Amino acid sequence: MKKLMSGNEAIARGAYEAGVTVAAAYPGTPSTEILEHMVDYKENIYSEWAPNEKVACEVAIGASIAGSRSLAAMKHVGVNVAADPIFTYAYLGVNGGFVLVTADDPSMHSSQNEQDNRYYAKFAKMALIEPSDSQEAKDFLKEAYKISEEFDIPVLYRVTTRVCHSKSIVELGEREEVGFKPYTRRLDKFVATPANAKIAHGVLEKKLKALEAYANTSPLNLAEYNENTNIGIVTASVAYQYAKEVFGDKASYLKLGFTYPLPMDMIRDFASKFDTVYVIEELEPFMEEQMKAAGIKCIGKELIPNMYELNPDIVAKALLGINTESKTVDTNVVARPPVLCAGCPHRGFFYTMSKKKNTVIAGDIGCYTLGAMQPLEAMDSVICMGAGISAAMGMAKSFEVTGRDTKVFGVVGDSTFFHSGITGAIDVVYNKGKMIPVVLDNSITGMTGHQENPGTGKTLMGEDTIALDPVDVLKAIGYKTVAVVDPCNLKAMNDTVEEAMQATEPYAIVTKRPCVLIKGLAPFKTKCEVVSDKCKKCKMCLKVGCPAISFKNGVSYIEQSMCVGCDVCMQVCKFDAIVKVGEQ
Amino acid sequence: MKVTKNILLVGVGGQGIILVSKMLTAGLMKAGYDVKMSEVHGMAQRGGSVTTQVRFGEKVYSSIIGKGQADILVSFEKMEAARWIEYLKPEGTVVVNRYEIPSMPIATGKAEYPQNVLEALEKEFKTVTLDAGQAAIEVGNIRTQNIVLFGALVKALNLNEIDWIEILRENLPSKMVDINIKAFQKGLEL
Repeated sequence: MKKLMSGNEAIARGAYEAGVTVAAAYPGTPSTEILEHMVDYKENIYSEWAPNEKVACEVAIGASIAGSRSLAAMKHVGVNVAADPIFTYAYLGVNGGFVLVTADDPSMHSSQNEQDNRYYAKFAKMALIEPSDSQEAKDFLKEAYKISEEFDIPVLYRVTTRVCHSKSIVELGEREEVGFKPYTRRLDKFVATPANAKIAHGVLEKKLKALEAYANTSPLNLAEYNENTNIGIVTASVAYQYAKEVFGDKASYLKLGFTYPLPMDMIRDFASKFDTVYVIEELEPFMEEQMKAAGIKCIGKELIPNMYELNPDIVAKALLGINTESKTVDTNVVARPPVLCAGCPHRGFFYTMSKKKNTVIAGDIGCYTLGAMQPLEAMDSVICMGAGISAAMGMAKSFEVTGRDTKVFGVVGDSTFFHSGITGAIDVVYNKGKMIPVVLDNSITGMTGHQENPGTGKTLMGEDTIALDPVDVLKAIGYKTVAVVDPCNLKAMNDTVEEAMQATEPYAIVTKRPCVLIKGLAPFKTKCEVVSDKCKKCKMCLKVGCPAISFKNGVSYIEQSMCVGCDVCMQVCKFDAIVKVGEQ
Repeated sequence: MKVTKNILLVGVGGQGIILVSKMLTAGLMKAGYDVKMSEVHGMAQRGGSVTTQVRFGEKVYSSIIGKGQADILVSFEKMEAARWIEYLKPEGTVVVNRYEIPSMPIATGKAEYPQNVLEALEKEFKTVTLDAGQAAIEVGNIRTQNIVLFGALVKALNLNEIDWIEILRENLPSKMVDINIKAFQKGLEL
């Protein structure tokens, strides 16, 4: 049967067909839909949203030790969080096959950097597999489990945004009933003491040698020769598709799906047949560096950019000097940065903070990162998941020891709090930090498209479970006061922030209001409208940064199809020019 | 069809572009084409500028295109057409919805919504303008605007051999099907 599938959907299908029984992940663009689709196979596969990527990775590793074929999935920066267990699990080797999916984001469509995670395979000494479209995303995964079990090694399965979020036609297969590997206690294999690890490292180096030999014969690595060509192209992942698009049958290809250890004999043999050898790969010169170190003459990053994603146009321009003709038009296009949605509960908090003098706000990864955008601009830093609280702790200590009296707030969302905000919050209490953690609890993991988390009371598989409340957690770890406030009530929000700034004992704020996009919620019954003759054109309402509000024909205007009626704008209007309309 | 056709859909996050791309791709697959579609998720969707690309033909490799390669550009919002116009082939067609969504710099008065978008487009490209918002209101729900544009796209591409009504039925919640069929037909007439 043929089906149109995104790469992520195809990976979930591949896991099903490969006989996977346990899968875990933390949501992150572009990886999120892998586990969302894993639930399609819940009869056969247990799957979960873990609180963070390290936990997800360890759950999958545990399942592998117990004998399951298991999978962990995350975005590229998530692998940084999960790096600790994978380096050691590479030493130990697997029982049931183990695959870690890393979804990289060249061009940073929805990320804070564009790190090339192929280096993790080399760094941690894992096998590396890279599919180039949805069909391969499914099929190569089945091969990945065979390799993992045959060579007793974890496999890093690297995809990119354009593999994850491109849809193409996939021929489906049947599930292979591999069952499980028997579990027996093996202290020498799974207990990473220094003595065992010393031996394991030697064994791992031998495995890598055997893997390289295998790579030269792997069905994932294929040479495609076209007649009368003097250009040879070594390529992998989605860059292969771009190369084919540009060169068609005017070049020959060595299309690699198994990319660490590289099949160096195969590459050498292929390269020897051509006058010119190009290496076409996105981001870093991962293959090129190794080829050059092996003495293979090739051209890569001399011509092809090592930043941002590629496309056929960029490849054609870089290697063939072809400039595709294109035209612009003569008009003044205005930037359209992403914004907090109309009715977003985070708005009330950031609007309140935008009015506070002498404060610093460390932000974090999530929808609320948009609190840094105009016109709110109520954020000073965004680094990584969890740093909202811990970097704020460092700022507060710096201000304290150097005698500056700036007040520091650290902002995380509910899911980020459970991910790695908790540990920062503990540090603040333990080391007497003079900063205020703020958890913007909107009852969902928002930016990635509404996933359950430990605070929502539901699991990925759809079961009811204990809903952890950040308020209880903060109290339990030592916060004397945990103020709970509705962020859409600006007076209450402001009073809470003021009280927090005066507090002498550990004080935390939890804002509570669900994301307006949660289906079936409709939290507000009425919408807001501007009474034009009352509008004094002061533009105060524009300062809340709501996409539904603009200045039109000399007065403020609220687009009714976008307004959800949170009335934050109404609260800032000093002239009662904004009113509620519609049925109560 | 030997030559691969490239469609670029652009607009603002929340306008329902991904749904249209999905249905378009499903229809093309049913018609026997090889097809690839690329979309963006996450941060960009929060009211930002959003694009999806659909490519179809006998054999499609890349799921994305570069500048000057789209055969047709369908813009769900007026200014977005100008933002992405460089991706259209010089001889390509732009289908542009007259609907305006002010971006934040415009809403806050830091910049003005460009007044001459349609004239600027018409000067350089074959331009089809329509008012999908008005058509959607006539149908009875402003939220069907994307389906009106879907109809207009199908018309512009001359993809009449595909049973699009069936695709709508397969991809929309049952209670929304009838109104969306009306919106689609409205789009075909515009």
